[in-house]
Amino acid sequence: MNEPSARTYLFTGIALLAFLGLTIAAAYVNLGPLNTGVAMAISFAKGALIVLFFMHIRYSKPILWVFVGAGFFWLGIMLVLAMSDYMSRGWN
Amino acid sequence: MPDVLAVPIEHQFDDATQQREAATMGMWLFIATEILLFGGMFLGYTAYRHAYPSAFAEASRHTLIAFGGTNTAVLLISSTVMAFAVRAASQNRRKLLGLLLFVTASLGVLFLVIKGLEYAHEINEHLLPGRAFHIDAADPQHAELFFYIYWLMTGVHALHVTIGVVLITFFAFRAWFRDAFRNHDTPIELLGLYWHFVDIVWVFLFPLIYMIDRHS
Amino acid sequence: MTTATLQAAPQPRPLTKPTYLADGKTIRSWLLTTDHKRIAILYMISITLFFFIGGAAATMMRLELLTPQGDLVTSETYNKLFTIHGVVMVWFFLIPSIPTVLGNFLVPLMIGARDVAFPKLNLASWYLFMAGGAFAVFSIITGGVDTGWTFYTPYSSTYANGHVIAMATGIFIAGFGSIATGLNFIVTIHKMRAPGLTWFRLPMFIWTIYTTSLILVLATPVLAITLTLMALERAFGVGIFNPAMGGDPLLFQHLFWFYSHPAVYIMILPGMGVVSELIPCFARKQMFGYRFVAYATVAIGVFGFLVWGHHMFVSSQSIYAGMIFSILSFAVSVPSAIKVFNWTATLYKGSIRFQTPMLYALGFVGLFTIGGLTGLFLACLAVDVHVHDTYFVIAHFHYIMVGGMVMGYLGGLHFWWPKITGRLYPERLAKLSAVTIFLGFNLTFFPQFILGYLGMPRRYPVYAPEFQVLNVFSTAGASILAVGYVLPLAYLLWSLRWGRVAGPNPWQATGLEWTTSSPPPTDNFEKTPIVTEGPYAYDAQAAEAELEAGHA
Ligand SMILES: [Cu+2]
Repeated sequence: MNEPSARTYLFTGIALLAFLGLTIAAAYVNLGPLNTGVAMAISFAKGALIVLFFMHIRYSKPILWVFVGAGFFWLGIMLVLAMSDYMSRGWN
Repeated sequence: MPDVLAVPIEHQFDDATQQREAATMGMWLFIATEILLFGGMFLGYTAYRHAYPSAFAEASRHTLIAFGGTNTAVLLISSTVMAFAVRAASQNRRKLLGLLLFVTASLGVLFLVIKGLEYAHEINEHLLPGRAFHIDAADPQHAELFFYIYWLMTGVHALHVTIGVVLITFFAFRAWFRDAFRNHDTPIELLGLYWHFVDIVWVFLFPLIYMIDRHS
Repeated sequence: MTTATLQAAPQPRPLTKPTYLADGKTIRSWLLTTDHKRIAILYMISITLFFFIGGAAATMMRLELLTPQGDLVTSETYNKLFTIHGVVMVWFFLIPSIPTVLGNFLVPLMIGARDVAFPKLNLASWYLFMAGGAFAVFSIITGGVDTGWTFYTPYSSTYANGHVIAMATGIFIAGFGSIATGLNFIVTIHKMRAPGLTWFRLPMFIWTIYTTSLILVLATPVLAITLTLMALERAFGVGIFNPAMGGDPLLFQHLFWFYSHPAVYIMILPGMGVVSELIPCFARKQMFGYRFVAYATVAIGVFGFLVWGHHMFVSSQSIYAGMIFSILSFAVSVPSAIKVFNWTATLYKGSIRFQTPMLYALGFVGLFTIGGLTGLFLACLAVDVHVHDTYFVIAHFHYIMVGGMVMGYLGGLHFWWPKITGRLYPERLAKLSAVTIFLGFNLTFFPQFILGYLGMPRRYPVYAPEFQVLNVFSTAGASILAVGYVLPLAYLLWSLRWGRVAGPNPWQATGLEWTTSSPPPTDNFEKTPIVTEGPYAYDAQAAEAELEAGHA
């Protein structure tokens, strides 16, 4: 198995901390309803960095990509369909 | 020759590769179940925040962002150290592995200490839901709902951190004193996957809890 | 140590290896076994016990319903009876039934492996299951629970009496046993297949177990967290679901049904897998449209996650969400219908032998079809408003669960009994009991469709006098059904000692499990098999000729 180099780990760690700074900074800027979207996008970026490099998914077989995706996809199913109820309750 | 025999292959497997790939795959499936376990609570959070946005924003401003931010940094650094530990294990550097695992576990403990201080502060401020709960907010009932979810999600997360710290410490001892992972680093790799996952959960919790409408 | 040497040097083995049953006779050798076949037996014994606990509760209910008055048990006891029946049958019989008994026994055999990927985890699953069962039994003995198997909040978390937390803990623990089993099967099927056994050469049973495992792994954790939240609310007043504290009871229902609708497919898919093995074997034909059946299996597993809101049509769920869930529920019936169509097409022009397993398989197809079609009535938003919470619903899901899964389980049990025990069961008695079960089942549950349509509500011991005739039919049917279930228990136990010796392949079936001896040795195969063709390579013409020769 080809492993990421020490440099990759180091850069990933630094990038994660930079993203952390960015999230906090962005939270204090008024972006209206976009604030949550930006915060979530940064969280996804951080999560992706951890999954791809620290958890070696970038270097793994496709089937593991599928399993990682499945966990998040099923979470998405739950959130989208349940929220379809909560968001349309006031429509009548 | 002893290098080859160092990996015990269980009778159901044909070779070390199959054994290793099976273990890794099992761990990823376990992580998928964990995603959905936390997912149930994330749904609760999403539904109630959608229903009571202003109460959630007000309650969120009562949380301590300095503590939360520091803790995020602590976990991100611990994850980075853990990544190096997994690397040390695959290179059979037992002392380095033991050391890095100790550092990771210590950072985990630091996280728990900071979290504990934060909890103590919140109990003093009457932010623990229950009879003593009190908050200066326009909609105290739904602000309390925020704190239910806050305590629940951070509590379940802290439980995962605690389990991780115990396991990492145990593995650190085994690496340092027994050299238990020479040519057999799969357990360390799985441990690393678990620890990174716990980190990822916090990466999502942090903005959702501490940073709703911080700017206003 | 020993395992390493076993692997390292292929030493000459003794020619006759002991069967897995003979490999250790002590209780300890059973309770500490990591052999998937022995673990299957442990599960078989445990779920049979739970089946009779759940069955006893059902018997009491049917007796109570013989008369319109509540004369046998009080309303409170009746509530506890249907809760016990539901909880025990769902979590301690149906969900584990085929996956843990036949699945554990057959998955490694069917894919040519020596064991599952994680044998110790497999044993741990059984202990988790039993620990969960112990909590459930404790809760039943010390006074029971009256919430119904769905534990709806805020009743369960705030008002209900009884040992709700103990029961929920039992389900929680058993749930982790299920997750571990599912995880084990998925990894096993991915990583342990014999050389040449590609995905589209797998028996359909493996496809269904794989999909079931996927559901177990992805849905069960949501149940775990939901029950935890409910228990926390009950114990400490955490107000997530309590409207008095600003929570939303419907959130509980969303979370609960996110698990529990897919759980229906945990309960039916393995039954479909068994039937897909039985029909080609006893029709002596290739399976019609193998790939479509495989895709349909996975499609059912995935679509099953999109429809849970059909349990909440008459809750205060938004009408728009109700419409979405209604449409999606119709969609999930398509892959199920593909399966029924393919089974029927497989039967067409086959040389069918009506042996016991086949009787169960045919029963399954018929009853599942009725259950599935009545499910469409319920998926239809407007009709559901009318029949919701009536006996129509009860009849519908019993056609799926009992008519489907229990028939599938019994069919599979008979089919693989010679492999598991090395003995044949008495064929005539078995046919008699299969027919008894089919008739008893229909007499029990068909009248309930009518009762529900006429408006008899579920969950009450007292009912309007005009419903009595149909209820008497139903109770009469239940007693026939009970006889049908006790008979196999008796003759299968009898066959252990006195049944005819089966030989490796009494049905001339295809599939790797039939290539090894009955019962198989501990390591399953003398040497790892190599697969060169797809499943169900039955020769229809040879079968026809053989049948004619037999009749001549
Ligand atoms: Cu359903």
